[in-house]
Amino acid sequence: MTTKRSPEPFAWLLFSAGGMVAALLVPVLLLLFGIAFPLGLLSAPDHAYLASVVSHPITLLVLFGLCVLALLHWAHRFRYTLYDGLQLKKYGVPITICCYGGAIVGSVVAAVVLLRAL
Amino acid sequence: MPETITIEVWRYRPEQDSEPAWDSYEVPLRKEWAVLDGLNHIKDQLDGTLSYRWSCRMGICGSCGMTVNGEPKLSCSTFLTDYAPGPVRVEPMRNFPVIRDLVVEMGDFMAKLPTVKPWLVSGDDEPDEDAEYLQTPVEMDDYKRYSMCINCMLCYSACPVYALDPEFIGPAAIALAQRYNLDSRDAGAEDRRDVLASAEGVWACTFVGECSVACPKDVDPAGAIQRYKLTAATKAVKDLLLPRGAR
Repeated sequence: MTTKRSPEPFAWLLFSAGGMVAALLVPVLLLLFGIAFPLGLLSAPDHAYLASVVSHPITLLVLFGLCVLALLHWAHRFRYTLYDGLQLKKYGVPITICCYGGAIVGSVVAAVVLLRAL
Repeated sequence: MPETITIEVWRYRPEQDSEPAWDSYEVPLRKEWAVLDGLNHIKDQLDGTLSYRWSCRMGICGSCGMTVNGEPKLSCSTFLTDYAPGPVRVEPMRNFPVIRDLVVEMGDFMAKLPTVKPWLVSGDDEPDEDAEYLQTPVEMDDYKRYSMCINCMLCYSACPVYALDPEFIGPAAIALAQRYNLDSRDAGAEDRRDVLASAEGVWACTFVGECSVACPKDVDPAGAIQRYKLTAATKAVKDLLLPRGAR
C-alpha cells in the first residue's frame, strides 16, 4: 500500500467546483436558449442586446469560468469512466494527458470564442 | 404461504471440488426464519459439511455476511419470507477469496484496518490515567453514526472500486478512521492522514455509493469518504499555499 500524497485533491476540487457550477448554470441556460426562446414561451432578447450582455467583462468572466470548470469536471469524470468503466487504468498516463489536455484545449477555444464577442 | 422454500447454496470444497457448484436444499419456510436459520437447518438436518460463519444471530457480530440473491446481506437479518416462493441463492461475499463454501478470506481487511489507527490517539505525551475526558452529546453526534460499524465487510463486497483495485483501503476502514478523526477526544487525525489522503485512500473512491446501500448498520461509509475528501483537499491546498507554521 502506498502512502504517497496524491495530486488528486486538486483535480477533485476542480471536479467538484465544475459539477456545482454546471449544475447551477447549465440547466438555466439550456431552458432559456434551448426551449423557452425557440418555442416562443418567452420573448427572445434581440441580437444587439445579447451581444452587449455577452461582451460585458463580468459576463465573459462567468461564462469562461463555467466553460473551464465544466470541462475540468468532464476530464475528471471521463478519466474515471475510462479507468473503471472500460478498465483501462494501465494506460493512466496517456488517459490523464488526453482528458486534462482536452479540457485545456477546450478552455482555450472557449476563451477565443468569448473574446471574439468583444 | 408455502411450507418450504428452496435454498441454493454456492458450494466449494477445495479438497474434493475442482470447481464451485450449486447445491439445493428444501428448508421449512417460517415467518421468523432468516436465511441464517435456513443454513443452520441445512447444517443440522440435511448436510453437515456446509461451512459458513455466524455467531450472534442479531446483527451485532458482523460474521454472517453473504451474497443473498445477488445482494450483500447479513444472513441473520435477511428473512426467508421476503424471498418466497424462492428459490433463494446464497453465495459467499463478493470481492474476497473463498476458503470454503460461504467462508471468505478476510486477511486483506484485517491488514488494512490498523493502518488507519482506529482507536483514540492521545494528544498528551503522558496522559493522566485518572483523568476523565468529557464529551457533550453534540460532540458525540459528530462521529456516532460511524461508530456503528460492525466490520461485517458487506461494504467491501458491494464496492466496485475494491473489486477493480484491491489496494483501495476501502469503505469501512475509512468510515472507522472518520469515527476517530471526528471524536473531540482524539488527536490522531494527522497520523491517519498519510494513509487516508493517499491515492489508495479516499482518492480511489469514485462515490458509487453502493457501500452505504449495503451497510446493515446505516453507517454511510460513502458519506464519510466524501467528508474526508473535502478535509484532505482543504489540507492539501493549505499545504500548498500557507507557510508551515500557519497550517
